[in-house]
Amino acid sequence: MVKAVINGLKVEVPEGTTILEAAKKVQTKIPTLCKHPDAYLHASAACGICIVRVKGTKKMLRACCTPLDEGMDIVTHDPEIVSIRRTVLELILSNHPNECLTCGRNNNCELQSAVADFGIREEFFKKIVPNIPKDDSTGNIVLEPRKCINCGRCVDVCQNVQDVWALTFLQRGINTRMAPAGDISLAESPCVRCGQCSAHCPTGAIVEKDDTQLAWKVLRDSEQYCVVQIAPAVRVALGEAFGFPLGKNVTKKMYAALRRMGFKAIFDTNFAADVTIMEEASEFVERFAHGKSVLPLITTCCPSWVDFMEKFHGDMIPHFSSAKSPHEMMGVLVKTYYAEKNKLDPAKLKVISVMPCTAKKFEISRSREMSASGYQDVDVVLTTRELARMIKQSGIDFASLPDEDCDHILGEYSGAGTIFGATGGVMEAALRTAYSFVTGKKLSKVEFENVRGLKGVKETSVNIDGKEVKIAIAHGLANVEYVLNEVRKAQKENRPLPYHFIEVMACPGGCVGGGGQPYGVTDELRVARAKGLYSDDEAQAVRCSHENPYVQQLYKEFLGKPLSEKAEKLLHTHYQKLPVYRR
Amino acid sequence: MGKTVFIKDTTIGGKDRTRDVYGILLGVLRERGLENNVQLVRVVDIGVYGQGVVVRVLPENFLYTHVEDADIVGIVEQSLIGGKPFAAKLVAEGARQLRIVLRNCGVIDPESIEEYIAKDGYQALAKVLSDTPEKTLQEMKTSGLRGRGGAGFPTGMKWEFTRKSPGAQKYIICNGDEGDPGAYMDRSVLEGDPHSVIEGMIIGGYAIGASKGYFYIRAEYPLAIERIEKALHQCREAGLLGKNIFGSSFSFDVEIRLGAGAFVCGEETALIASIEGKRGYPSPRPPFPSVKGLWGKPTCINNVETLANIPVILLKGGAWFAGIGTASSKGTKVFAVTGKVKNSGLVEVPMGTAIEDIVYGIGGGALAGKSVKAIQTGGPSGGVIPKEHFSTKVDYESLQQMGSIMGSGGMIVMDEDDCMPDIAKFYLGFCVDESCGKCAPCRIGGTQMLRLLTKVTEGEGTPKDLEQLEQISHAMQKASLCGLGQTAPNPVLSTLHYYRAEYDAHVKNKKCPACKCAKLVRFLIMSEKCVKCGMCFKACPVNAISGNRESGYLIDQTKCIRCGQCFEACKPRAISRS
Repeated sequence: MVKAVINGLKVEVPEGTTILEAAKKVQTKIPTLCKHPDAYLHASAACGICIVRVKGTKKMLRACCTPLDEGMDIVTHDPEIVSIRRTVLELILSNHPNECLTCGRNNNCELQSAVADFGIREEFFKKIVPNIPKDDSTGNIVLEPRKCINCGRCVDVCQNVQDVWALTFLQRGINTRMAPAGDISLAESPCVRCGQCSAHCPTGAIVEKDDTQLAWKVLRDSEQYCVVQIAPAVRVALGEAFGFPLGKNVTKKMYAALRRMGFKAIFDTNFAADVTIMEEASEFVERFAHGKSVLPLITTCCPSWVDFMEKFHGDMIPHFSSAKSPHEMMGVLVKTYYAEKNKLDPAKLKVISVMPCTAKKFEISRSREMSASGYQDVDVVLTTRELARMIKQSGIDFASLPDEDCDHILGEYSGAGTIFGATGGVMEAALRTAYSFVTGKKLSKVEFENVRGLKGVKETSVNIDGKEVKIAIAHGLANVEYVLNEVRKAQKENRPLPYHFIEVMACPGGCVGGGGQPYGVTDELRVARAKGLYSDDEAQAVRCSHENPYVQQLYKEFLGKPLSEKAEKLLHTHYQKLPVYRR
Repeated sequence: MGKTVFIKDTTIGGKDRTRDVYGILLGVLRERGLENNVQLVRVVDIGVYGQGVVVRVLPENFLYTHVEDADIVGIVEQSLIGGKPFAAKLVAEGARQLRIVLRNCGVIDPESIEEYIAKDGYQALAKVLSDTPEKTLQEMKTSGLRGRGGAGFPTGMKWEFTRKSPGAQKYIICNGDEGDPGAYMDRSVLEGDPHSVIEGMIIGGYAIGASKGYFYIRAEYPLAIERIEKALHQCREAGLLGKNIFGSSFSFDVEIRLGAGAFVCGEETALIASIEGKRGYPSPRPPFPSVKGLWGKPTCINNVETLANIPVILLKGGAWFAGIGTASSKGTKVFAVTGKVKNSGLVEVPMGTAIEDIVYGIGGGALAGKSVKAIQTGGPSGGVIPKEHFSTKVDYESLQQMGSIMGSGGMIVMDEDDCMPDIAKFYLGFCVDESCGKCAPCRIGGTQMLRLLTKVTEGEGTPKDLEQLEQISHAMQKASLCGLGQTAPNPVLSTLHYYRAEYDAHVKNKKCPACKCAKLVRFLIMSEKCVKCGMCFKACPVNAISGNRESGYLIDQTKCIRCGQCFEACKPRAISRS
């Protein structure tokens, strides 16, 4: 522990704690525009606003990256410090377009808030705003470099947390700008659309493509029959936009809101997650117990991970589960099973997915197999952030809504389906079902605590019927390489496999920390959201996917059994090696 | 040893007689059968200006100025045959200088390790390796040597920090990314005496416990790179690099990395990023490179000039070195004296030498007909020092008190024709160009300041602009991440401090007292003084002057670009500048 003084108050913090963090212990917030509270991101020290003084000296330090040393005496606010911060803020403002009213981050922008807090009412410096065109080539992540304040968060998260290296800085001096490496378009870059850049951007320089107007258009078209599905992780994050405590599960209010917005049927992706488990667990059992095809089996629910693998780890394709992601399964089931059952014309059925994810916007058109129903299985994808905006546009007082239920058959889910949203959740859900498939027995304890938590790579093993199933769970794409290299090494040296089953989620924390979730993600928030999901799991009467009576009904009425010909056609897909750069 | 003679006619204006003198000298040598023993070189720049025909004899480094044809026989007989100075035309150039860093430059063949060894080369290394690294650290601390790259951090302490940092793998880096405008001492040492730098680096490696060194040299120095490469090759052949140097347990090798043309990569953390193959962005300190540097390992970064000092210090002892210089700054400093000065070139003087001794004594003062106004030290990070303060004795602290810095040792002399807001704009412009763009105060602040200075020099400035200049300067100094941004406002602040009246003249009276700022100056031909010679007409690069030898000449103000060439060309001073 380090003992020091901040603003005359004694403070004791663990060694290595930055001044910025330590100041919070004495109820002091030091402003910063570049340091994100998310521990995954490094302090880039780019904005220069967090300067503090060593008491009695002229020396200024950057609070964001300077560890508090034993005996330090720090002043965080004095007239000179505040005036310098103000000047720097005015300089940043002089390099930023005044487009707040039409900006994707209006009312939710760190620069805007800082300028408001400092009471800047007049622009002293002449505007020097670069004229760089916006890049919406991907159709899901939009770069607006003119609004960039060069904090470096996106580059850090893209290179160091996600290991994708799509974004970098180009040029130098006043011309420095964030852009895809090589100044190509984002669609031509290795970008996997995880959206972590947009989730961490302090301004509107990187935002999700707004599909709310498209969604309204589809929804209001009286010719169309529009249904909606909600991903597991959305329910524990949406509440943040309406003042609910972190991690609060608002599933039933969300159903009510969607119904009032005019959706004909409200389905839950958690149901489709249960179906995914039926297919994926069966696939695992086929490979593990019956030696069909290779091990380890790797999960494929995450479209960013799939894209990343196709670009960077093409040799792993045989290990990939062919099961589609839950929301794609839902899409195809709506346009086949649900349409048939309710005698609806699939051509007029529209499926909107609400996802914590920007990559899902890309996934719906990634290959022809995403139109297995004969129509594009999912029509529009909205992120959690977009849904929050739509609810506000609808004039719905979300916080006061009564609880409502979802619509029948494609809505009711098991506890296993809901935990998909947290890292380790897919694995846990699959293990619950795989255990029963292999042993024919019911699990006495369905929780697998070893697969939970925020450790970057979780390695553990589970005993199924006397056989040890070795598993690994990675989240944050930078953690993938270690896991895959362990597999490659073992294959090369002909050693026993290090793992039989691997789960990968691109975003740190899994979908609860997804690129389309409300801003300001930290580990504290990831834990709170995940906790919300695990509580939801505990609250369910049915905890295992294969025990979900409606899933059983679906197989009985429509699919036959997992991996049946029909299931393969509708619920499974293929992968192909992709070039890293598309140029 | 064969002799070399450099010849250059430095007369300003008039016929260049270099070739004639060359011919006469060759003739005299032929008469005596010496033409194959002496190498004659007609050089483009001899480092002395406006001093008539200049002849330099090497290796003795005798410098003769205003050489007449009649002197040539004397030079040949006295210097080339006799090896003695030819007193009649000798310039006592080196009298005030003390050459430690430059001891071998121009004296030995830089591509010959034998010549370096003959000058006590690698003896310091042998001595150091026969004792403990701690002894070397102690000796370095005794010497009081401070880093010559600019910041002046004590080298012995830097080495000790790196040695004490835990870690099996450590690195030493030689920073050869010299980039200050007008500074070229590192280049001269790398090109002229590569082995002394290498020896300093091996010793440093031994002292800090590094097994690997990197030379980071800017790619614009191809000859320096070539010579370091050759020297490293020679060292490996001679067993001075590689495993078990001099039979000791110490193994060390060196690699070269080229800088890709970014000034900021001279900053330690940006330099490390560059070697690692990343974008040359500085990173926050702590952690300092001595704790977590290249590839995350403890790393010591020393400047070229610092390393070149080291063999001499360890051979002659730290106490000897500490006997040279001032209380806080020991040894010598190499300055690159350039600008509006008669004898520009590298000078090496003991710390504590007065500025006037360098500018007037060694530099010979201003060019003909002009007077010195000020000097700029420390390159774009430094400040100006007006001639009223030339009695200042140069060391790290005294320059800082004057609002400037030592920097890497650039010393640019300015005369009465130099406008201070314009000078500030020039240096700031350099930093704005070279800003890496990472931190907001430097990236945007520098650009805004440059815009304001441009306004001032174009006569559009207001008193409020000067206030804003000071406001941004202050924020940049305190809130920039690295030395580049923190010091970039120095030229502005120091000129504002010493030459406020010049700024006021630009802002309030819309006048440039030095008649330098193009938008504020007007050239007119005074017909009463004009002799209709037509020299102005010929000199004008944009055909803004019309007329003929009968009617006289007229300047078209709409075409005039205010370059001042007509003004310089007009012998009867019939062109007014206001």
